[in-house]
Amino acid sequence: MTLDDTMLKSGEQAVFGLRALYQRYGYAPFKMSKFEEYDLYVENKDFLVGDGVITFNDTDGKLLALKPDVTLSIIKNSKDEENAVTSKVYYNENVYRISKNTHTFKEILQTGLECIGNIDMYAMTEVVLLALKSLETVSENYLLDLSHIGILSAIVEPLAVSQADKKKMIRCIGEKNIHGMKELCASVGADETVCEKLTSLISAYGKPSEVLPKLRALHAGEEAERAIDELELITQTLEKIGYGSRVNIDFSVVNDMSYYSGIFFRGFVQGIPEGILSGGRYDKLMKKMGRKAGAIGFAVYLDMLELLDAHENEYDTDILLLYDESADIRELMRAVTVLSQNGTRVLAQKSIPQGIRCRQLLKYGNGGLEILENDD
Amino acid sequence: MKTMINIALPKGRLGEKVYGMFEQAGFDCPSIKENNRKLTFENEEKGIRFFWVKPSDVAIYVERGAADLGIAGKDILLEYNPDVYELLDLGIGKCRMAVAAKKTFRDNPAKTLRVATKFTNIAREFYAGKCRDIDIIHLNGSIELAPILGLSDVIVDIVETGKTLLENDLVPIETVVPISARVIANKANFKFKSERIEAIAEGLARACREN
Repeated sequence: MTLDDTMLKSGEQAVFGLRALYQRYGYAPFKMSKFEEYDLYVENKDFLVGDGVITFNDTDGKLLALKPDVTLSIIKNSKDEENAVTSKVYYNENVYRISKNTHTFKEILQTGLECIGNIDMYAMTEVVLLALKSLETVSENYLLDLSHIGILSAIVEPLAVSQADKKKMIRCIGEKNIHGMKELCASVGADETVCEKLTSLISAYGKPSEVLPKLRALHAGEEAERAIDELELITQTLEKIGYGSRVNIDFSVVNDMSYYSGIFFRGFVQGIPEGILSGGRYDKLMKKMGRKAGAIGFAVYLDMLELLDAHENEYDTDILLLYDESADIRELMRAVTVLSQNGTRVLAQKSIPQGIRCRQLLKYGNGGLEILENDD
Repeated sequence: MKTMINIALPKGRLGEKVYGMFEQAGFDCPSIKENNRKLTFENEEKGIRFFWVKPSDVAIYVERGAADLGIAGKDILLEYNPDVYELLDLGIGKCRMAVAAKKTFRDNPAKTLRVATKFTNIAREFYAGKCRDIDIIHLNGSIELAPILGLSDVIVDIVETGKTLLENDLVPIETVVPISARVIANKANFKFKSERIEAIAEGLARACREN
């Protein structure tokens, strides 16, 4: 069977395109059960995007959950590999989360990949490249924002302020809120050089070739230098293979420092008001779950893609074929089969459904087909 | 043709003042001053489109990308917590979120505090920070009435001059957070129109400094 691309919605097209993409780079499909033990999510509550998990009791009384997240399940099923083997998997799963807008549970189709094991520069760059190619599969107008948690933690972690204030600082960075950051620094008594570093981190965004020298100029210590080296190597490699114009450095892409450690990124396509791809290096989460290995991965949120299907079908059906009791079923069937060749949509009805829009209205009677209305 | 930058302005006095700052920054749209029933106003040459919305709706328009930029009070941002960039503090529309009560009110920490407010999230967070057990009473207007009739012990509301409070024998007892108008931007749209959005934000920052 050949598939007509125009029949598929953006989300469906993306699923096929992404699967083929990940397989080309040697990623193996990972299929998981719909349910997971609730404990897994309780232990890593802050890692989840929202608080809510749908729970229920299994027949033996065990508390189970409809999975709100895929990454935790993949880590749970991973083994610490010896040597330099990394396991590369991709998935296409429904997750259940509380919608930020309606505050009710929502089913979200999510596709993504995880690379677990000995993560080196190649593996990291490959994952970022696949993130770019994933966005390319969805839309031709796309951008990937790249940041590095290492630089952030090099500046924020040593500060003698409460965890709550550190969270507020991260929040200001996420909001590009320079005035808020200045106020916050003043209220917690952070010294001026720190405040300056934090505000320049907010204003340092754009092309890597312009931003990286500004980051170097912060002199934020060894950890930060290593992080900048990583960003530099990754962005230079991507530039060489033609993705230079698609990658920006932007520290407003932030996340919880207790789970993420290295590069972090978010992808955007024009026409969708929020990020549709999110991922990064989460070695700290691995450690919390008792793994020695490193890990990096990302997820693409496919439910947002229907916003790209702006051009709805103008007609509900191409041909509305009316018939009555007296019609010869075999003849009617033959007429529908002939009309529907070449992909024309034919709806056979005894009366006109309310509000239907059809290109052509036909009537099947004893004398054959009769055109009642023609919209072309 | 340039793609338009959509800007949501809050209806009312504050919005008109903010439009003045856009004008000062060189992003004017003369048709907005015509007295008619139009909802959107464009300046094609400058590539901007303004529209008036209810102040509490600005954040929704921006978060969902219908507007690229918007002007919203910090009270709205704190209450609804939208996922947007907060690019600039315009320093106008200044007031404060405050706790107020009857002059005779004495706080008894041994009792649950009854708090009437329109801003339930702000109030809840403020008292959670003090580990104070409260009973939130959500009201949509005439908040000042609540302590007078004994519906609540205190209110959490916006205080500008304190005149309304005074006329009703109420006094502000604590500031929760200072409020002013902020420029917010949709995160995704910012990526694709960053140069132009930055130019507008810079223009507004300049106008702020000049005023």
